[in-house]
Amino acid sequence: MKSNDISLPTVPFRTRGGVRVPHRKTTSTCESIVMTVPSQVSIPMQQHIGAPCKPTVKVGDIVCVGQVIGDSDQFVSAPIHATVSGKVLKIADIPMTNGAKCQAVVIASDGLQTPYSELKPPKTDTLDEFLSAVRASGLVGLGGAGFPTHVKLRVPKDKNVDTLVVNGAECEPYITTDHREFLENSENILYAIVKVKEMLNLKRVVIGIEKNKPDAIELMRNLIKKEGKSDYIAVLALKASYPQGGEKVLIEACTGRVVEMGKLPADAGCIVMNVTSLGKLAEYLKTGMPLVTKRLTIAGSAIKEPKNVIVPIGTMIKDVIEFCGGYSEEPKKILMGGPMMGIALTTDELFILKQNNAILAFNEKDARLMETTDCIRCGRCVASCPMGLMPPLISRAVKLNEIEELKSLGAMNCMECGCCSFSCPAGKYIVQTMRTAKAMIRSAK
Amino acid sequence: MVGKLYASSSPHLRQGDTTRKIMLDVIIALLPACIASVVIFGYMSAVLIAVSVVSCVICEYICRRIMKRNNTIGDLSAVVTGILLALNYPVSLSPLIAIGGSVVAIVIVKQMFGGIGQNFVNPALTARIVLLTSFSSKMSNWTEPFAYLNKNAADAVSTATPLADGEHLTSYFDLFFGIHGGCLGETCVLAILLGGIYLVARRVITPLIPLTYMGTVAILSLCFGLDPIYQLLSGGLMLGAVFMATDYTTTPLSNLGRFVFAVGCGLLTMLIRQFGSLPEGVSFSIVIMNILVPYIEKFTRLKPKGFIKPKKESASK
Repeated sequence: MKSNDISLPTVPFRTRGGVRVPHRKTTSTCESIVMTVPSQVSIPMQQHIGAPCKPTVKVGDIVCVGQVIGDSDQFVSAPIHATVSGKVLKIADIPMTNGAKCQAVVIASDGLQTPYSELKPPKTDTLDEFLSAVRASGLVGLGGAGFPTHVKLRVPKDKNVDTLVVNGAECEPYITTDHREFLENSENILYAIVKVKEMLNLKRVVIGIEKNKPDAIELMRNLIKKEGKSDYIAVLALKASYPQGGEKVLIEACTGRVVEMGKLPADAGCIVMNVTSLGKLAEYLKTGMPLVTKRLTIAGSAIKEPKNVIVPIGTMIKDVIEFCGGYSEEPKKILMGGPMMGIALTTDELFILKQNNAILAFNEKDARLMETTDCIRCGRCVASCPMGLMPPLISRAVKLNEIEELKSLGAMNCMECGCCSFSCPAGKYIVQTMRTAKAMIRSAK
Repeated sequence: MVGKLYASSSPHLRQGDTTRKIMLDVIIALLPACIASVVIFGYMSAVLIAVSVVSCVICEYICRRIMKRNNTIGDLSAVVTGILLALNYPVSLSPLIAIGGSVVAIVIVKQMFGGIGQNFVNPALTARIVLLTSFSSKMSNWTEPFAYLNKNAADAVSTATPLADGEHLTSYFDLFFGIHGGCLGETCVLAILLGGIYLVARRVITPLIPLTYMGTVAILSLCFGLDPIYQLLSGGLMLGAVFMATDYTTTPLSNLGRFVFAVGCGLLTMLIRQFGSLPEGVSFSIVIMNILVPYIEKFTRLKPKGFIKPKKESASK
């Protein structure tokens, strides 16, 4: 499936399915505001896919912003840094969004935000130095997956990667953090793009941005032209269609290549990086300050003053919402992430992680669940699936417990984007069924 | 501290379409055909449509009550079945027989197989076939258009449908505006096309099935040496292609499957018209293709993106 064409595309390639979601990106013009330092942060030791970190500080230690407080000797992991300066209050288990418990370092802030004295720009003359620097920055995939960036960038020798795809699609409704990253941090983004391209010896870079962000497209195009990089960097104006920012969909839209089922983007010769990840990487390379803050879109019908806020990682959600004027009415649903793939929370007393990009709160009207009726086989789920799956047949195989049938229907290909449920007139929870299907296949192995 | 929160599975946003809204769109799309039938065949058309709709809804309600299932008359699918059924009757049909048709469609074909989304054949068409074989003379007793205006004539001024008259005596103009004998809703092509365009514009259906069906019929007419325009405009073809062959439940899910389905419908229709003893074959061909849907589906599955065929467990052992 892999095409070896490495010319720069000018128009996006065709992709399958997708739905037109309402954008509701009301905060796109809200310049990011730095949140006042919270009195206390709880920083979980697992904020990435892979091995959890072990705390490297003790109760009573004085820590500064950017100091390592958790690390692991495993390869697939990323270090965790103090996000406020102050004193380590305790090391305790805190609840996570999925209901599990996780060890966390709780720091009482002294309000000074003193940076750690040993922070300095890293040496990045060789690939190894560069990758160690990426690891030390604590970067994980900030688009939501949380996969350690240094692992992604360490491409196995047998894979011929030639393209960097920059994910600036931001197809989820409400969220505008990547949009703001383009507008507020464009030079850093370009700096990191050039660095990654040079270190990994890539041939071309394709930046994918949805058409509903014309100012970001314009800005990046002008900047690239001004810096004289247009011979290998292209900005593609993608159709504003959900899930344009899904990794496999984005790769196909930007390069025309299809990632085979169960394979990684590197198998199609691509590396995908989120635009905010690149911005943060540049900041680390220039200043030595690791990933300690995150821009969040706080929006939804139950938020008094929707805005983009830069918050220290580990801040309690409740504190962030209070910073945004609190709730305008009683919230009935609070989401971590966007409305299409976000997780519904059971309380607002949870903590911001590295890969979070939005907190949305909705009133009763928006939160009310749709009544579920019988499937009428309208086929909208089939038409909208970007992966070419047939949810009605998969649902049937789940009911009949037919594992082989599930495999041959390609259920593992589902990325849980939610297009099927979104378009279902019967209000079915198709994504939930798809998760069941995937769990059934995994447990049968 | 916030109160209790909804914690449901993603996505948390829905398009807003419901089964009820879709069915309402179908009803709106059927209105031109209903109005045309009243204009062409008189008020008895309206009576038949009303009897058919009301009896369908009552059947659905009673069935769900007896089976102790949730009430589904609110989704309006029984109303759609009722209208479609009535549009397949000749205007001279007794309302009592129409009630019988509703019982067959709703009780036997729809509810006994599990209700909406579970019937494997189109309820309205199957009921029509049952009535056609049970009351064949009454079901093919065609009345002249505008006969109701003529006070002197008795009710039944029998005529033949354009397909059954042997020679092509009806003009294209009369065929297009429905000024000829036939079922209530099938004569006026203009009204059906208006409804079809509405359904496509509202994205309830895609034009794939109707156009493929009509295209197949046109091509086969040419092969058989028949007049393709006459074949397209006469009989139940338009009503069948736009409203019956596009029924969600009894058609395949994928576009390829739908294409195969529609080609099959066109093929069977023309075979019946050309070689069968019946003058018309739309209902039979659609119902036969309905029955074949599971097989079509099996061979027209979508290939998932980047799909690699899973290795058989037995082969590795």
